[in-house]
Amino acid sequence: MPERADALLEIADDELILGWRDSEWTGIAPFLEEDVAFSSIAQNEVGHARALYELAARALETTADELAFDRPPEEYRSAPLVELRRVDWAYTIARHVLYEAADEIRLEALKASPDTDIAGLAAKMDREEAYHRMHAQMWAERLRGEPRFQTALDELWPAAVAVLPAELRPKLAERLQRPLPSNTVLLSLERGNHAAEWPALWEEMTEVRRSVPGGQW
Amino acid sequence: MGAEDRAGGGRVIYEVFRQERKGQAFAHAGSLEAPNEAFAEEYAREFYGRRQESEALWVVSRSAVHEIDDFADELERNYHRVDGYSLKAKLKEARERAGTS
Repeated sequence: MPERADALLEIADDELILGWRDSEWTGIAPFLEEDVAFSSIAQNEVGHARALYELAARALETTADELAFDRPPEEYRSAPLVELRRVDWAYTIARHVLYEAADEIRLEALKASPDTDIAGLAAKMDREEAYHRMHAQMWAERLRGEPRFQTALDELWPAAVAVLPAELRPKLAERLQRPLPSNTVLLSLERGNHAAEWPALWEEMTEVRRSVPGGQW
Repeated sequence: MGAEDRAGGGRVIYEVFRQERKGQAFAHAGSLEAPNEAFAEEYAREFYGRRQESEALWVVSRSAVHEIDDFADELERNYHRVDGYSLKAKLKEARERAGTS
């Protein structure tokens, strides 16, 4: 697979799977207003995934749907961070805060890309992500004194680092004032590895599409 | 204070007003609960702005709204009222007095 398409798929897979995980809160978020807001964020992430898959699909002569749903689970390029599942609000917000921080750095790099399609899409995504970051920051502020939130941040930090390519990691460590984890710690969290929860999510995500192979929806 | 302004879980009720087009008056859109003003703005954006249905929003804590609900009209001065009085009835009375009905 060409390098450009591979890079696009990494981000697309992250956004699709995180959107999917975030949408698991729809109907059970802590209160109604947050339910609507967080579901909307989930929907935005899936929307970003679609745009990225479409860009990759043009080069690979396939379609966004085929990329999103027709690959075997081991071929997804997602970072394990987005695959993890624990239905705990403090844990979800910790992932949200860490992912948005990493994603911001990734988007900054993409906006500077000489590839105008990629730079243009990154700029569009970033305008929506700005609201996600605001939302994440408000919650981080609110949960600051909550031990479960702090524990979740510590626990998820290495997986958040592994979202970024090596050259962007020091920037994330600097922004969040945290030390970079050792390579030994990062080993099982790098792309190409998948969280234990991933196969079950893949089954669920692709179930309807697999039920009628080649069906038009 | 007419209405309850505190919701459960330490949240506050905010009233949202929506301007549909530039220059138009803001109209009440609805209310929402939020932990503070920052959350209220975020939620208002999601509820009343994400479909490009609004030009601008006003978000006001319900406690900032002064409600007035007593209006004295002891002498039945119905000519002050918005709906006025029935001209038909008055005309009928006048015609009867004049003997033209």
